[in-house]
Amino acid sequence: MSALASALAPVHQQYLLEARQMQALSFAVHIPLVAFGISFPAMVLFVEWLSLRTGDPLYRTLARRWTRVMVALFAVGVITGTILSFEMGLLWPNFTATFGGVFGLGFAIEGFSFFMEAIFIGIYVYGWGRLSPRAHLLSGVPIVITGFTGSLTVISVNAWMNHPGGFHLRGGKVVDVNPLQALFANSYLWHELIHMYIAGYIVSGFLVAGAYAFARLRGRWGRYERTALAIPLTIAALASPVQVLVGDWAARDVATTQPVKLAAFEGVGQTRRGAPVHLLGWYTGGRVKYGIAIPHALSLLAFHNWSAKVQGLAAVPPNQRPPVNVVRVAFQTMVGIGTMLALLGVAYLVVRIRRRRLPESRWFYRAVVLAGPLSLVALIAGWVTTEVGRQPWVVYGVMRTTDAVTGAQGIPVGYATLAVTYLAVACGVIWVLRRLARAPLELLTDRQDT
Amino acid sequence: MLLAALPLVFALAGLGLYVVLAGADFGAGFWQLFAGRGPRAARIREHAHDSMAPVWEANHVWLIFVLTVFWTAYPTAVGSIASTLAAPLFIAAVGIILRGAAYALRSGTSEGRELRAIDTIFSISSILTPFALGAAVGGIASRRVPVGNAAGDFFSSWLNPTSILIGVVAVAASAYLAAVYLVADAARRGEAELERAFRARALGAGTLSGAIAIGGLAALHSDSHPLYHELVAGEALPALVVSILAGVATLALVYRRRFEAARYSAALAVACVVAGWALGQWPTILPGLTVREAAASHDTLVAVVVAVLAGAAILFPSLALLFRLTLTGRLHGAEAPAPDLASPRGEGVSNPALLGRVAVACLIVGFGLLNVAEAGWAHAVGVAGLFGFIVSAFLAIVPAALA
Repeated sequence: MSALASALAPVHQQYLLEARQMQALSFAVHIPLVAFGISFPAMVLFVEWLSLRTGDPLYRTLARRWTRVMVALFAVGVITGTILSFEMGLLWPNFTATFGGVFGLGFAIEGFSFFMEAIFIGIYVYGWGRLSPRAHLLSGVPIVITGFTGSLTVISVNAWMNHPGGFHLRGGKVVDVNPLQALFANSYLWHELIHMYIAGYIVSGFLVAGAYAFARLRGRWGRYERTALAIPLTIAALASPVQVLVGDWAARDVATTQPVKLAAFEGVGQTRRGAPVHLLGWYTGGRVKYGIAIPHALSLLAFHNWSAKVQGLAAVPPNQRPPVNVVRVAFQTMVGIGTMLALLGVAYLVVRIRRRRLPESRWFYRAVVLAGPLSLVALIAGWVTTEVGRQPWVVYGVMRTTDAVTGAQGIPVGYATLAVTYLAVACGVIWVLRRLARAPLELLTDRQDT
Repeated sequence: MLLAALPLVFALAGLGLYVVLAGADFGAGFWQLFAGRGPRAARIREHAHDSMAPVWEANHVWLIFVLTVFWTAYPTAVGSIASTLAAPLFIAAVGIILRGAAYALRSGTSEGRELRAIDTIFSISSILTPFALGAAVGGIASRRVPVGNAAGDFFSSWLNPTSILIGVVAVAASAYLAAVYLVADAARRGEAELERAFRARALGAGTLSGAIAIGGLAALHSDSHPLYHELVAGEALPALVVSILAGVATLALVYRRRFEAARYSAALAVACVVAGWALGQWPTILPGLTVREAAASHDTLVAVVVAVLAGAAILFPSLALLFRLTLTGRLHGAEAPAPDLASPRGEGVSNPALLGRVAVACLIVGFGLLNVAEAGWAHAVGVAGLFGFIVSAFLAIVPAALA
């Protein structure tokens, strides 16, 4: 491809790294809320459905309590998502100016998903006890669907950034733009979408279950807590082993379309056949030191071939390589935590199926309490893996992040302001969740959800 | 030309809706700040909150709609605007964060002191955000945003007479809209005291924001003469006239307690200001950049137009439902007691053993097609298999856990 002539002239930005960190911070705050947004409504609806089916007031109480958590987290998700759409222009104006016509459609469609989600969240939350039970249950269904379509369209943009298509460069100009092809005929979209969607269920499953596992460790263990633990935990326990399989699929796609990124995952310096996987260790001087090598494992996993050739980082000039250790440590964190979560899930399933009861060991419940935050770490680490692994490109192989950044001043001030604001918001969210958890059960069934 | 302009028309319509819907939401925050102290003030704040709470998220999304349509269809303009006007847009963004967080926090308490602290954050950000957005609009309207990456001045692009005028008008118009909507809500619920309070506010804010807007023309005369000229003698004049007439009509309607009709005339008065700006600037978006030049490629424009029309076909019935439920008071007031189901059925499913076997079969198919096979279609079926595994295994396992 010829060199890109971007829509606006690139400028020198002294604070490029701060701009990237500000973007990363905004994602790291928003993504956990997305995880809840795509999965938690389905859990709430399932419990409400149980309450209609059985007439048991316990389910109604549980669904209403979870609704309050859902609406608080949705509100924060709305605003943190808005910040991301502002930052597309505020931090990366040249990216938007040059490629908005290619990828923007994904966000425009996402806007409608988000719209429907906001409308039906409003109806669902304030409709408790005011709409007929059946109408109320139905009003929740669009929230679950738009959670999926929203992630589909947003991830279609990210997949396009990683595997761009749907346009040509002629004399450096972006021409022959076909946005539908760019966004939805992209083979890269599907593994990213499914990987994130399942991650959403794992994260919210373990975090919600963790809250009730903590209650059990503190000695609160009635039928209410057992139910509230079993539903999310069963989902997370089933989803986390499946995520290992989906992750394998994703890694094989990365191996074929982004070989430099794969080389950074595994710290492969020189191109070689029969490449090993290294556990732990540190990439330095073109190889992984202090790691535990598993011979041939990388060739086998990535290409299903004992002696397949794996491209090394040295195949591209140094200014086209991502920061290897950031990517590699993030990747190992994600895979390591993911594996432990899968094992925890399998352990739970074995006890559930063989003994027909919940596990009884305190160690199991301690592990579940820990699994919530750890799954969050794995989620963020996964996004660091794919986003930092894409560097130095904002559009893989086409536009560099350096050329996308704004020429505006004040990035450090903005970054600091946002960090302080988000810290305050995080404290506020924790405060609200603790308040909601402490509210007595009976009170909640009668109070409005305002 | 029509195709190049159509997304802009959609975006401006979205902006108009954002201004008249979310504007009222900002204005509710304004009235919370100036409610004073004591039980009556608490009722005013409570009323302002309750009226907006079910709809604020949907109202807010209009801004996202405007942004996404705009950057898809006119990417160069967005890059130039966002980089030059980074400061006011960032301030608006922080205001949006704080407002949304205040909504989230409010669900955690019903204690007076805490509510007041949260409402204060909410109110201050409710004034900051429309001011900053208005100031940004002022920068564009007064031609201070050239094409380029941060090519305009970081400060004077939004700290200038036109920006400050439009920022203040945005705050005043928000307060006015909110007061008109809130008096209608209070009247519908039969709250005489609140009705009196917001009627006075509506009349005062309406008069004041009309005066600021008209007095502001003087500021435009010296600071951005082309816009002034368009407004008083050019293409934008009809919008200005309609806005003034609708504003006067609103005052009369509120005075005569015809509150439901006043909602619409107030919205029309404010929406016409947006229309006036658009007409006044047509056909240039930024100095030296016309709508046609700024427009994205043909296929992109077609895709945006189709997406917006298709989206609208789903969106508007849903919005109508939300507003019908809100405006008829179905989402307020006392709740029905929990339904007493006559014939409760058992929990869960009839045959967990069969479901368990289905789950195992799905898992094997999923693994085989996703992780062993290489073809794209096999991966698709494999993913379906794995989802089938999760769902069937969940249904097989979970009911027994609930005993």
